[in-house]
Amino acid sequence: MTLNAYLILSTLLFCIGLIGVMRRKNVLMLFFSTEIMLNAVNIGFAAISKFHGDLSGQMFAFFIIAVAAAEVAIGLGLLILWYKRTGSINLDDIQGMKG
Amino acid sequence: MEKYIYIALFAPLVGSLVAALFSMQPKTVFTGWFTSFMLAVSMFASLNLLHFVYTTDTVLHTKLFDWIVIGSLDIPFGFVVDQVSVVMMSVVTVVSTMVHIHSIGYMEHDKGFNRYFSYLSAFVFSMLVLVMSDNFAVLFIGWEGVGVCSWLLIGFWYHKDSASWAANEAFIMNRVGDLGLLLGMFLLYWNLGTLQYNEVFATIGTLDNSLLVWIGGLLFLGAMGKSAQFPLHTWLADAMEGPTPVSALIHAATMVTAGVYLVVRSNELYTLVPEVGYAIAALGAFVAIFAATMALVNNDMKRIIAYSTLSQLGYMFVAAGLGAYWVALFHLATHAFFKSVLFLGAGNVMHAMNDELDIRKMGGLHNKMKATSIIMLIASLALAGIFPLAGFFSKDKILESAFNADAYILWGVLWVTAGLTAFYSFRLVFKIFFGKQNYSDADFHPHEAKSFVIAAMIPLAILAVIAGWFEHSFIDFVTKTLPTWEASNTASSTIWILILVTTAVAVGGIALAYVKYYKGDGFSKEWENNAIYKLLINQYYIPAFYDKFISKPYYAISVWIFKMIEVKIIDNAIDGIAHIIFNAGAKVRPIQSGNLSTSLRLMVGGLIMGLVFALVLAVL
Amino acid sequence: MFEMVAFILFSVLTITMFSITVLTNNALYALSSMAAGMIFISAFFFLLDADFLGAVQIVVYTGAIMSLYAFGMMFFDSLSTVNEKIKNPRLVFLLSGMIALVVVVIFISPVIGENVTANYPVNPSYGNSVDVGLVLFTKYLVPFEVAAIMLLVAMIGGIVLAGKKMNESYSEMKEEEIDAKLELDALEKDVK
Repeated sequence: MTLNAYLILSTLLFCIGLIGVMRRKNVLMLFFSTEIMLNAVNIGFAAISKFHGDLSGQMFAFFIIAVAAAEVAIGLGLLILWYKRTGSINLDDIQGMKG
Repeated sequence: MEKYIYIALFAPLVGSLVAALFSMQPKTVFTGWFTSFMLAVSMFASLNLLHFVYTTDTVLHTKLFDWIVIGSLDIPFGFVVDQVSVVMMSVVTVVSTMVHIHSIGYMEHDKGFNRYFSYLSAFVFSMLVLVMSDNFAVLFIGWEGVGVCSWLLIGFWYHKDSASWAANEAFIMNRVGDLGLLLGMFLLYWNLGTLQYNEVFATIGTLDNSLLVWIGGLLFLGAMGKSAQFPLHTWLADAMEGPTPVSALIHAATMVTAGVYLVVRSNELYTLVPEVGYAIAALGAFVAIFAATMALVNNDMKRIIAYSTLSQLGYMFVAAGLGAYWVALFHLATHAFFKSVLFLGAGNVMHAMNDELDIRKMGGLHNKMKATSIIMLIASLALAGIFPLAGFFSKDKILESAFNADAYILWGVLWVTAGLTAFYSFRLVFKIFFGKQNYSDADFHPHEAKSFVIAAMIPLAILAVIAGWFEHSFIDFVTKTLPTWEASNTASSTIWILILVTTAVAVGGIALAYVKYYKGDGFSKEWENNAIYKLLINQYYIPAFYDKFISKPYYAISVWIFKMIEVKIIDNAIDGIAHIIFNAGAKVRPIQSGNLSTSLRLMVGGLIMGLVFALVLAVL
Repeated sequence: MFEMVAFILFSVLTITMFSITVLTNNALYALSSMAAGMIFISAFFFLLDADFLGAVQIVVYTGAIMSLYAFGMMFFDSLSTVNEKIKNPRLVFLLSGMIALVVVVIFISPVIGENVTANYPVNPSYGNSVDVGLVLFTKYLVPFEVAAIMLLVAMIGGIVLAGKKMNESYSEMKEEEIDAKLELDALEKDVK
C-alpha cells in the first residue's frame, strides 16, 4: 500500500476521534476520544517511518505512547477527585471558566 | 459713506440678537426701547444715504465678502445703494421704526414681549438685505429671510392652532412662489453666467425672446408668492392671526412689496418682453377688483384692511406691468405710509376693545379715541385717493398709465375698484368710530392708546398727507435708474378729465358709505341672503377649494407614503440592520459560556481555518 | 496482495470499532470497542515492519491504559448514562468532515517533499527491535530518561490524587495500633 493510503487512514481515524471529542458530554468518553486521536497520529508516524526508511517516526510513536500513559493516569485521578466533589461527570457542569 | 450702508444694514440685526438674549425671560421694556433705538439708528443712516444719493447722484457699491466661489460661479455678498434701493430702504426703516415704537405699547401685556422684538428686528434686517443686494442670490437670501421671519411672526401665538396654521399657509405659499424665483435665477445664470444685476441687465438683450418670456414669467411667479397675487393670495387674509403691528409692517409696507420691488428691479428684462408685462398688468387689475369685492362684505376689521392691501398691490403690478416703473415705486411708498398707519390704528382699536375684531360690535368710538379716529380718517382719505393726500397722486398716475397704454378695460376695472376702495374703507371707519354704539358698556371699556403710541403713528400720518407733493423730485430722482415714463399718448385735457372722473367715483363711494353707515344703519339684512353676498363672504369659496382639492389629497398622499415607504421600507431596513447586529451578537455569546464542548468545537473550527490558510499559502 | 487485503480488513475493523466508541451511549460498549480498536492498530504496526512498536502498543495501550479506564469506569456510576443531547449534531459532523477534507487534500497534493533523506536510516540486517534499541539508547537517550521521570511523576501523582490520608504508615505501626485504628475508623463510619 502506498503512503497516501496510510495517511488517509490516519486522517479518518483522527476525524473520528474529533467527532467524539466534540460530541461527548461524558468526560470519560472524552478521554477515550482523545486516545483515538493519539493512536491515529501514531499510525501516521509509523507509516512515514516505513516508507522513508527512517526510524525517527517510530521513536516519536514511542514517546507519544509514553505520554499518553502518563496523561491517562493523571487525568483519571483528577476526574475521580472531581466526581468525589461534585458527583457528576457531565461536561456541561464544568463551567468554571464562564465569562 | 460705506459705513452708513453697514450701519443701516446691521443695526436691526444687532437689536435682534440683543433681544434674543432675553427671549426666554418675562417682559423687559429695555428690549423694546433698545430695538426701536437700533431701528432709529438704521433709519437715520438710510435717510443720510438718501440725502447723499440725492445730492451727489452717485451710486454706492460695496462688497461684504466673497460668498460662493466655486469654479466659474462667483457670487459676492455685495450691496448696491442706487436710487431705487435707497427709496425702499427709507420707506422700510421709517415704517419699521414707527411700528417698533407702537408695538411697545401694543404688546405690553404679552408674555413673549422680548421674543417679539427679536423677530421683528430680524425681519427688518432680512428686508434690508433683500432691498440692498446687488445680485439675485443675495436677494434670494433676504427673500427667504423675510419668509421665515414672517412665519415666526404670524405664528407668534403658536399655541393657537389657527395662528400656526396661518403661519404654515403663508410660508408654504411663499415657497411655491420661491420655486419660480429659483428657476428664473437658474435660467439667468445658465444663460448669462452671472447673477449680478449690472452684468445681467447689460447682457440680457442677447437672449432670445422665448427664453426671456420664461425668465420673466418665472420671476413674476416668485413675486406672486410674496405679493399674494391670485392664486397665491389666501395667505394674506389668514396672516391677520399675527399681532397687528406685524401686519402693519409686513403686510403693508415691506414683505408684500418685495414682489413689486423684484419686478421694478428687473425692469430692463420686462421692457424687452412687453407681452409678459401686459399679462402682469392684467393679473394685477383682476386682483385689485377681486380683493376689493371681498372687502365689501367682510366684517373682520383686519381682514378688510388686508384685502385693501391686496387690492393696492394689484394696482402696483398694473403700473409695473405697463412699463411705468417709477409709478409703481411711488405708489409703493405712499401706500406703505397710509396702510401701515391704518393697521396701527386698527391695533389701537383692538387693544381698546379687548381684541375684538368684528366691526358690527363696535361703533361710536370717536368720542373715546379721538386721536386714533382722526389718524385713521386721514389714512382712509389717502387710501381713497382724495386730493391733496398722497394716494391721489400715485393712484391717479396708475390710472393714467392704464389709459395711456390703450388698455381701456384695465382702466375701467381700476376705476371701479377705486370707487369700491373708497366705499369699503369709509364703511370700516364709520362703522368703528361713528354711528350707534353696538356694544354694552359693561363688557368693553375702550380707552385711547398711550401717548407714545400715538406719537409713533403721527409721523406716518403726516407722510401719508405730504408724500404726494414730492412727486416731481421723486420722478427726477428715481428715473436716473429706472426708465422714464410719461403719459405721452394722451392729451393733457384728457388727463384732466380722467382725474376728475376718478375723483368723482372716489367721492361717490365715500358719500354712499356716509349715507349708509354714518346716517343710517347699513344695508338691510336681506342682502345677506343674496347669492353674491354668500360668494363674497366666503372669499369666492377659494380657500374651501384649496382645502378640498389640494390640502386633503396631499395629506392623504403623505399618509400613504408614510405608511408604505417610510414605515415598511425605510424603518424596516434600519431596524433590520440593528436586528442583524443584535442577533449576530446573540449567536456569538456562547464563546463566553465556559462550556468545554463549545470551546472544543471552536478550536476545531479554528484549526480548519488555520489548515485552509496554510494550504492556500502553499498553493499560491 | 496479501498486504493490501490485510490493510483493508484491519482498516475497516478499526474504523468500525472507533465509530462505535464515539457514537454509542453505553459506556461499556465504548470501552470494549476501544480496546478492540487498540489491538487492530497494533496490527497496522506489524504490517509496517514496526514490530517493537506493535508489541509496545498491545502491552501499554490495550493492557495498561484500557485496564486503567476500566477501573476508572467501575468507580463512576456508569449505569446512569450521561445525557448526551447536543444542540447541533450536524455542526459536529460538518466540522470533522471539513477537517478530513482539508487534511486529505494536504496529504494528496504534491506539497510533501519527495526527496527526504532519512535521519536514522533503517538497517535491514538487524531486526526491528535491535534497530530501535540501538537508536533509542544512543541518540534518544535524554528523551528516554526524561520520559522515565515523567512516568514516575505520573505514578506518584496518581497515587496522591486517588489516595486517602497518608500521614500514617501501616508498615511502621505495631499490630495493636493497627487494630485500634481500624476500630476508630469503624466508629467514625457509624457516626456518619
